[in-house]
Amino acid sequence: MTRSEGLTLFTAAAAFAALAALPFVTEGFYLTLAVNMALYIALCTAWTLFSGPTHLVSLATAAFFGIGTYSVAIGIEILPFPLLILCGGVAGALFAALVGAATLRVSGAYFVIFTLGLAELTRQVVAYLQTKVFGSMGLFVLTDHGEGDLFRYLLGLIAAIFLVGWLIGRARLGFAMRVIGNDEVVARHFGIEVARSKVILFMVSGAFIAMVGAIMAPRYAYIEPQSAFNPTMSFLVVIMALLGGTRRLWGPLVGVVPFTIVADFISANFPDHFNVIIGLAFLAVVYLLKDGVTGAIEQALGRRRRAASVTGEGRA
Amino acid sequence: MSGPILEVASLSKAFGGLVAVNDVSFALAEGELLGLIGPNGSGKTTTMNLVSGALAPTAGEIRLDGAPISGLSPSVISRAGVARTFQLVRVLPGMTAVENVVAGAVFSRAGLWGVAAEATARRLLGRVGLEERAELPLSAMTYIDQKRVELARALAADPRVLLLDEWLAGLNPTELQTAIELLKEIHADGMTIIMVEHVMDAIRSLCDRCVVMNTGAKIAEGDTAAVLADPHVMAAYLGDE
Repeated sequence: MTRSEGLTLFTAAAAFAALAALPFVTEGFYLTLAVNMALYIALCTAWTLFSGPTHLVSLATAAFFGIGTYSVAIGIEILPFPLLILCGGVAGALFAALVGAATLRVSGAYFVIFTLGLAELTRQVVAYLQTKVFGSMGLFVLTDHGEGDLFRYLLGLIAAIFLVGWLIGRARLGFAMRVIGNDEVVARHFGIEVARSKVILFMVSGAFIAMVGAIMAPRYAYIEPQSAFNPTMSFLVVIMALLGGTRRLWGPLVGVVPFTIVADFISANFPDHFNVIIGLAFLAVVYLLKDGVTGAIEQALGRRRRAASVTGEGRA
Repeated sequence: MSGPILEVASLSKAFGGLVAVNDVSFALAEGELLGLIGPNGSGKTTTMNLVSGALAPTAGEIRLDGAPISGLSPSVISRAGVARTFQLVRVLPGMTAVENVVAGAVFSRAGLWGVAAEATARRLLGRVGLEERAELPLSAMTYIDQKRVELARALAADPRVLLLDEWLAGLNPTELQTAIELLKEIHADGMTIIMVEHVMDAIRSLCDRCVVMNTGAKIAEGDTAAVLADPHVMAAYLGDE
């Protein structure tokens, strides 16, 4: 580990420790906002784990999230909550393997449409099974976990996502993904199993998203397909991740924090226009910030550095 | 080892009604440098694509060290020991020269990683004359330097057979001389090479033997000088009369 990596790790650990203490100093509105932020940071970072290097936009976030939520709803009477979070992760990974094996050979727009259709299909199937086979609208998840507990679980998960992302970046898989992102034909001709690499990454990403869904289950208390498999969530994750930028794993973080605050303000003050404003935000992000805020900053820095080296001032 | 290192037997590839490669056979001994020549559209690059696995043949078989590789995926064929450059240069534009060459060494037959892969990459970049530009991103490199990186990347894969698809195209006379010397050295080290080429000077000075193709079929094979003097080959290049 280099010195700058050590420093980053120390800073991150200190920040996590400070944030873990948040539930002691605040509750109510600010804690709820913090949980929402942590929720979307976890979702967007897990999403970027796959969609960042592959440039494949997945709209299946809601499907993985719902699978995690239902893992808890089904098992809450039998198993302890932390174990169910892991079960949710395993279920998410298995689902991703199944879906990935079938679809990751299709590219670009087809993949986007497929994942969107898949999320809807999953919701319909779960709704059908629940009403026709089990004869109920939803399932109860009654625990004594408050917002503070959920916040700490989410923080822990975010730390795990960043750690795994960092490890993948240093491993052969991360290197393979960079080669694939640059030129798939070259990747194939130099021994990289492109489809298998993508499936593995999709499984890691899907497992983490499902674990987020599992952690959030106690907040809903009553789990229904409509809330667990909410398609708006899939779109919000894409907007926030693209706003922050997906070229770095921490890119989405930069997008989520301001977006959650603004989105909360909008839904509180203009609840009827929420979808319209989100739609406009989507267009603005795609048109104006192709590589997100972090991409724009990196580009600006690159320009300054080049300008400096041209005038001979850059050698410091 | 006594048998040929690479064997192409009755290979055919049809795209719908168009037969791009028609019943082509040839063999390659270990350490040999074979020229694959012919006019534009004669099926040379398609043959290369069949060997590297970019395309699957319609009929026929390709064997590497006696084991069939035809129809396998390019990644499997790469691990079996075939590496190539591309007719239109294909580099990894967002990565540095070293990373480009490391990419050739990690998942291919070489199977190197970490310090070993980087050392190999730097050694090969030195070999193609790019040690000082090792940290440059490929998007900032000239066409010629990108071609050099491509060759270093193919060598990094530690192939049994190296396929060069018009690697000498687009070089000026000085660069061409340097490039020919480089290929001579690599050949002298024992590398088995098939090169698709139009530059006749290079073919004369490099190739032990040539296979000539025209409209998908093999029309001549043998010693380079003899093949180039063959009236059928001249007719294919220049037209009848």
